[in-house]
Amino acid sequence: MGFSKDQLLNRLQELEIDYSKYEHPPVLTVEAQAKYVSSSEGALCKNLFLKDKKHRYYIVSAMVDTKVDMKVLSQRLGLGKGGIRMAPEEALGELLQVSLGCVTPFAVVNESARDVSLLLDKNLKNPTRCIFHPLSNDVSISLNTSGLDKFLRSIGRDPVYIDLEVNPVVGKDQPPDLAVYVPFNSVVVPELPNKTACLQTPPKNESGETKPVTSAKPSKSACKFKNVAENSAPLAFKNPEKFVEEILDKTSALFLSEGKGKSVEALTETQRKRLASELTHLAIMYKNTAYTEGFQAGKCYQPKRL
Amino acid sequence: MEVDKKEIESDEQVVNPWEVSAKDGGKIDYDKLIDKFGCQRLDQSLIDRVQRLTSRQPHVFLRRGVFFAHRDFNEILDAYEKGDKFYLYTGRGPSSEALHLGHLIPFMFTKYLQEAFKVPLVIQLTDDEKCMWKNLSVEESQRLARENAKDIIACGFDVTKTFIFSDFDYVGGAFYKNMVKVSKCVTLNKAMGIFGFSGEDHIGKLSFPPVQAVPSFPSSFPHLFPGKDNLRCLIPCAIDQDPYFRMTRDVAPRLGYSKPALIESSFFPALQGENGKMSASDPNSAIYVTDTAKDIKNKINRYAFSGGQDSIEKHRELGANLEVDIPVKYLSFFLEDDTELEHVKKEYGEGRMLTGEVKKRLTEVLTEMVERHRRARGAVTDEMVDAFMAVRPLPSMFE
Repeated sequence: MGFSKDQLLNRLQELEIDYSKYEHPPVLTVEAQAKYVSSSEGALCKNLFLKDKKHRYYIVSAMVDTKVDMKVLSQRLGLGKGGIRMAPEEALGELLQVSLGCVTPFAVVNESARDVSLLLDKNLKNPTRCIFHPLSNDVSISLNTSGLDKFLRSIGRDPVYIDLEVNPVVGKDQPPDLAVYVPFNSVVVPELPNKTACLQTPPKNESGETKPVTSAKPSKSACKFKNVAENSAPLAFKNPEKFVEEILDKTSALFLSEGKGKSVEALTETQRKRLASELTHLAIMYKNTAYTEGFQAGKCYQPKRL
Repeated sequence: MEVDKKEIESDEQVVNPWEVSAKDGGKIDYDKLIDKFGCQRLDQSLIDRVQRLTSRQPHVFLRRGVFFAHRDFNEILDAYEKGDKFYLYTGRGPSSEALHLGHLIPFMFTKYLQEAFKVPLVIQLTDDEKCMWKNLSVEESQRLARENAKDIIACGFDVTKTFIFSDFDYVGGAFYKNMVKVSKCVTLNKAMGIFGFSGEDHIGKLSFPPVQAVPSFPSSFPHLFPGKDNLRCLIPCAIDQDPYFRMTRDVAPRLGYSKPALIESSFFPALQGENGKMSASDPNSAIYVTDTAKDIKNKINRYAFSGGQDSIEKHRELGANLEVDIPVKYLSFFLEDDTELEHVKKEYGEGRMLTGEVKKRLTEVLTEMVERHRRARGAVTDEMVDAFMAVRPLPSMFE
């Protein structure tokens, strides 16, 4: 089901990403990893798998000596002071498809992790190479962040680097600066007691990978204007861009499912971007045409005779 | 404070809504212009901010500095971040049926702004202005307005968030009330100072500026923004329109209205070079949306001013003069891929790529664009124009 370390390493090679590989006995902590991989190979990193109260998940990859203040992070994401905590073990397996001690930015290659937000410490760019587990904790690879970026882009993700050490004020006039990275969708992980699937109201700034929502309610802060007609048509049918997202998602999924076993990937980011642009243009024309026909019909509408 | 003194020096560059000419037939000095007009440069930090707020790559025109100046754009972004939306206002003076690529630029950019920020848009077709300045008949200017509306719609505006209106159709009611309020605040002398009017000009011209000013005020559109008198307005336009909005910004506080914000573009060069002038009477000075693939190829090959050297040997040695080369300039407007553009500039500038190759790539890019536009234009019916121009509410305008 999930990507294996060999599949990942092959993919890195296909993308011509330069990395060095180190095998060692399984390690569960950074300290243990440090025993087998010396700092001359690259900078060791710590990876946190976090979850917020609305079942949204985050991976934070940082330099070992970057202080990650969970309270500050939670506020900056717009989750309040204690809104974020370590994710439970089940989520590790279900969403990231890795074992304990193996959280790594590469885990987002899995489809199951598509709603997990990946936040990278900007300090990771300082050393020539950083060390991560390639989906298995008995191997470590060191590579330059540009290689990581290239890999992320190849799976349709924009690399997000943030300064983890700042502590900006968050208040009425200073919105949370990382709110834009909160995932659009929450995820249900089975076997979690008394939780049901819930679609929360979208955050003020949608993340780059938006998915269609069945009830189009504007979020409280984003829109102070009430809709004149509070209708519940799915946003995918009202908004040309969301419509096109849905089409491309389905196409991508089809490619993936058809190509099981062969080396077929989903649409690359560039292909997707170009197609999205063309298709959105078509979708807007379609929408305008439909509206025009409705408008004409409305003009000639004869009310019911009583 | 933001009002201009009348242009006395004739060897200075002239930039106003009716005339754009550089000093001594050279290039427009944009730094000087920004200084003189008193607007601000759009710097990288603002572009980054736009990227953060809209969660998407900024439009190619922002990345390449085509839209390079602004007034109060940062305030619009501040308000947007807090959840206060705004609406867009742009327009066209329908003086001719033939639209060229330069005409499409503000509309392409406005479309991006509409999609990225999810805000409504009003588009003014100043048929009355063209009737007065170009001495067209009322009927002809109205007809041109509708024809131009079709090309505008073909740029991909969303009918549920866009209101297009022509002055001859719409002026009246709340719009006219605002026009009178604005007129009361601008003396004859001031108007002559800002716009260069003289005693020889007919009074129609003098009374036109308020028409272009009042779409910046939401109360001019009671069917769209009822009760939203504080809704801010952002105006994407070419920088030669600045005088209208300097006047508007001067007047707004006196009427108790917010000042409109502006985001301004530089001028699109003619095929023959920066010093040439694009004119509807010279079909070879620009690429028109009605040009065929063959026309485009021809025009680029024959008329696009090249910065390449006279001979291949000289070119390989010295490289091309990117400052004056039109194909590279056009590519910087329309080639989406930043990396590819950098590559072309480097190779061509250092003499390894030849003019022919650059022109070929430009032809491809422009042909694709024009084809796409033509297909979209073909889908625009008169009924669709009626729908866009109908005075109707737009309930999903902020979605």
